[in-house]
Order: sequence, then C-alpha cells, then structure tokens
Amino acid sequence: MTVTTSTTTALTLDAVSYQVGSHRIIENVSLDVNYGEVLALVGPNGAGKSTALGLLAGDLKPTAGEVSLDDRPLARWEAKELARTRAVLLQANQVAFSFTAQDVIDMGRAPWIGTPQADQDDAAIAQAVAVTDVAHLQQRSFPTLSGGEKARVSLARVLAQRTRIVMLDEPTAALDLRHQEEVLRIAREIARQGQAVIIVLHDLSLAAAYADTIAILHHGKLAACGTPGQVLTAERVQEIYGTAVRIIPDPDTGRPVVLPRRQA
Amino acid sequence: MAVTQDMATTTTPGHRPRRKRWHRLPTKNLVVVVITVVLLVLGVVLSASLGQLPIGASQVAGTVFQALGFDNGAAPDDRLIEQTLWQIRFPRVMMSLLVGAALAVAGGVMQAIFGNPLAEPGVVGVSSGAALGAATAITFGLTFFGNWTVAVLAFLGGLITTLIVYSTARSQGRTEVVTLLLTGIAVNAFAGAGLALINFAGDTQSREQIVFWQLGSLNGSRWNEVLIVAVVSALATLLALGLSSQYDLLSLGDRTASHLGVKVERLRIFSVVLVALLTGVGVAFVGIIAFVGLVVPHLIRMLVGPGHRWLLLLSVIGGATLMVYADLLARTLIPAADLPIGMLTSLVGGPFFFWLIRRNRRKAGGWA
Repeated sequence: MTVTTSTTTALTLDAVSYQVGSHRIIENVSLDVNYGEVLALVGPNGAGKSTALGLLAGDLKPTAGEVSLDDRPLARWEAKELARTRAVLLQANQVAFSFTAQDVIDMGRAPWIGTPQADQDDAAIAQAVAVTDVAHLQQRSFPTLSGGEKARVSLARVLAQRTRIVMLDEPTAALDLRHQEEVLRIAREIARQGQAVIIVLHDLSLAAAYADTIAILHHGKLAACGTPGQVLTAERVQEIYGTAVRIIPDPDTGRPVVLPRRQA
Repeated sequence: MAVTQDMATTTTPGHRPRRKRWHRLPTKNLVVVVITVVLLVLGVVLSASLGQLPIGASQVAGTVFQALGFDNGAAPDDRLIEQTLWQIRFPRVMMSLLVGAALAVAGGVMQAIFGNPLAEPGVVGVSSGAALGAATAITFGLTFFGNWTVAVLAFLGGLITTLIVYSTARSQGRTEVVTLLLTGIAVNAFAGAGLALINFAGDTQSREQIVFWQLGSLNGSRWNEVLIVAVVSALATLLALGLSSQYDLLSLGDRTASHLGVKVERLRIFSVVLVALLTGVGVAFVGIIAFVGLVVPHLIRMLVGPGHRWLLLLSVIGGATLMVYADLLARTLIPAADLPIGMLTSLVGGPFFFWLIRRNRRKAGGWA
C-alpha cells in the first residue's frame, strides 16, 4: 500500500503543542497520517486524544508547531475546501431541531453543493445509509433516536461527505458489539479504498484488530507509535494505563488482544 | 454482513432524488402556504373594512384596483372613505404586516443561531436595548438622522445590547446557550432600569409617548414609516433566506457545522446584526411586541418541519397574518378604544407558549 511516504502522507503533526493557560494538553507531538491507512489514537482518559483530533481537524490552532494537510499548513486551507477534504465524527452528536435522520445524512453533502460532485449525492447517501445499517431510521426524527442510533446516523452523514480523510472520535462508544465491529470494518474498507482514517478508541483490542498504526498518547505526549504488534506490549500498556494486562495473539488473525489481569 | 459486499451493491442511486430533501416543496408546505395566504388576504380586507367607519370589502378592493390603474365601479366615490383607507387604515395594515413578518423572521434566525427554540429577540435583550435607544431619541428630541433618527437609535440600541450579550456569553470561540440566556436576563434588567431613568428624566409628554410605546401600538402609522420598515425588513429577510442552508447545518452543532464548511462565528455575528435590524426597525415605530418571534416560528416548525428555508419563508407570511389579526382585535375588541397590541400579543401569546412548553415536554426529545 505504501508507495513512497511523500506521496501518501495525508496529515502531519510537526512538533505540535497545545496549551490552555499554563496547562499543556498536547506537548511536542510529531505524527504522520497516511492515505490508505487506519490510524488509531489511544491513551488513558485525559491523555489528549480528542484534543489531538481537534488539532488534526483544524478546530484548534496549535500553540506551537504546525499541522499540515497534503503538505500545506491547515491555516492556509479554506473552510469549504477543508470540508471537501476531511469529514469528522464527534463524540456527541446532538441536533437542535427535529430534523429527520434522512435530513441529517443529506447535510453531509452540503460541502459539495454547486460542484460537479453534487451528481454523486444520491449514490453517496444511498451507500452511506446501506453500510451503516440505518435505512430503517431515515424517516425518524433525529432527537428521538437512541445514542447508538444517533452515532450510526451521524457516521452515515460523515461517510456521505465522501472525503479523502475521515476522522472518528470514539465512534464505538454507544454501540453494541455487532455495530462496533461494523464501524471498524467500514473504517478498514474506506482505508483500503485509499482514504486516510483516524480513529480515537478506548478499546485496545479493537484498535489492534483493525488499525494499521496505533499511536498512544500519555500525558499529552506521544508515548509510542507503530504497528499494533510493536506498540502493544504488556509492559508499555501496564505502565501507561497503570493496570496489569496480558497480551495474547488472536487465534484467528494473530493480532494482539489486550486482556486485563483479574483476580480469580 | 460483509461491508465490502454492501459497498459494491449500493452504489446504484435510489430511484427517488434525495438531494436537499429539506429544501424541496412537499405538497404539505404548499397547502400551508395557500391556507396562510388566504387567511392573510382575508385579514387585510377585514382590517381595512372594520372600524369606526365601516367600509365594504368591495370598496376596499375597488380603491386598491383603482390605484393600480384599473378603473372600476366598486371604488368609493366618497372622499372621506378614500381618505380613511389611504391615510389611516392602509398604512396601519401595511405596518402590521411588515412588523409581524420582521419579528417572526428575527425569531426564526435567532433560534437558528442559538440552536434553541426558546431564543427570542426579547429574551436576549434586543427588544429592550432597542427600546432604550428609541426612548433616548424621543425624550431628548434627537433628530440628527431626520425621520430615521428613532429607527437608527433603536437599531443601534438593539445591536449594542446584543453584541454585549454575545461577547459576554462567548468564550474560546464558543457560545454557551445557557450563559447567553442568563446574560440576556441581566442585560434586560439593566436596559429596563435605563428605560425607567429616561422615563423619569423626560417631561410628561415624552413619558406618555414612551409608556404607550412600551406597550406597543400600530396607531398612527404613516407611509414614510412604513417605507422605512419595508426597506429594512425586506433586505434583512432576503439576506436571512440566503443563509438558510447554513442555519440548517448549524443545528448539528458549531463544530460539526464548521466541519461542513460553515464559518460559524462569522455567520453568528452577521445574523445578530440581521436580528437587531429586523427587531430594531419594528420596535422603533410600533413599540415592543412580544411573542411573535417565539410563537410564529414554533408553529411553522410544527407544521412543515425545521428546515430553515421554509421556516423563514413561512415565518414572513405567518408573522404578517398573525399581526394583522392581532391588530384587528386591538382596534375592534373594545369599541372606540385602541388596545396596546404588545399587551394583547403577550396576553394571548403567554398562555399559548405555556401550552407549547407542556405539549413539547411530554414528547420524547423535549424541545427538539
């Protein structure tokens, strides 16, 4: 999949720091996100995962360092242009008025209004609805959906946007086992088609099973970054999360599974 | 279910065009438009006919067609009737239509930018700020903008208070709705005190004028005032309509809207100016008329859904319709007395809003 790093790098964090007052949330993080890959951002609560995602998405401006998209600093991207390049799924997805799920998914096409790609609106929406399994929810009012249903409809909106970079902030938090696996399979599939996918996750085994690269944040610093096999060692996870774990290979895929050690 | 398989089989588009579904014209919306327009025309004719001097509906229609250049037998020959219609009733009816439409659109825009159906120009302080500005002009007899002075000061008052509220409620580029509404309460109290002070400082005549106008009245509307309100509110309404699809995206939340290409802060500031224009220009000439900006968009949302293009368009018609009937009632409910219209809308709008709250709370999703 990787041809040469220079042509496949989607996003670059170059020595990025972000601080609020005197509190450093992100400290000197450098990271590349490549097209065609799933990058999982993991780390304990408060490690700075969502902030890192906010920096990558352009919501937050780094207090030091630079974030570039396709080798161009994020600050030099137009809002519309950026909306056609990256889509973001946030943790909380509230809608202020009683728009239907269908309306919400349609809004994912808003950045493309007036462009030739608007011809793909129907196809993009139909595909997004199908892969996220929300066809039966389309006529429902969004605010009346359950947490998991909201998350899936919002994911459909993000997929309908059809951007070459997709960022998902804890997309699996409200989902049941089947839909968790499905979201990660979707992430894998769009990466296979050449898009860059960044997922913030809590479940290390889930990250290990689907991500090409895992980046562990700890106290705002990048503690480790590499393939799941390289990054997820029992010692490291134990040190960062402060709880004893056992790492065993998945009998089917050989990818690491992280099991907390429990008293009998 | 295999994702790859889905990806392959679902690339064929659905048989119905889905794009911008919330902008299209469903039959339901058309029915609402037709009914509201019929009610509106009926209200206009009724309002022009009824009063101390009853005038037949055919005479009202006749003189309008005459003025448009169609000679007809129905036009009144009586000079008194002509004058009553063209100098008293028509400007008043026009003013009611314009102010109703402007207030309803202002409410719709305000609810859109704060993502809260409870936001209303009155709640956030635009109305009392505008009132303070206009009262200053009245009491101190300011005339530096000629005919426009009261309107300009009302607009400035509304704008300044709104900007104060907005900047106070804003932190780190975000607007917390709760803080915003609470700040609105504080500003309202302060503007109320300022209004009381000006009231106290003014002479009896300007005091009467201010009190009368705090209650709201369309009495004595003149054509030159109608023109000012018409120009300002038409312009602001068109601009708001142009932003309607961005208002839709804003309902997904600030961050998500910005991920979809909306420049959220700029949109909000611009919209606040629009709201101040729409509210200020109405408040300047007819006083404070509450609840129109709250009730009309709410009813329309219940009828045709939350999409802002239709919501704002229908708010224009709905606001005008509501106001023409409210003014008709204000003029005719008690013979030979002109009730303050602001009092009337609050009297009816208050309990109605109460009912809306209860009704909505019972439904899942609360205010949504």
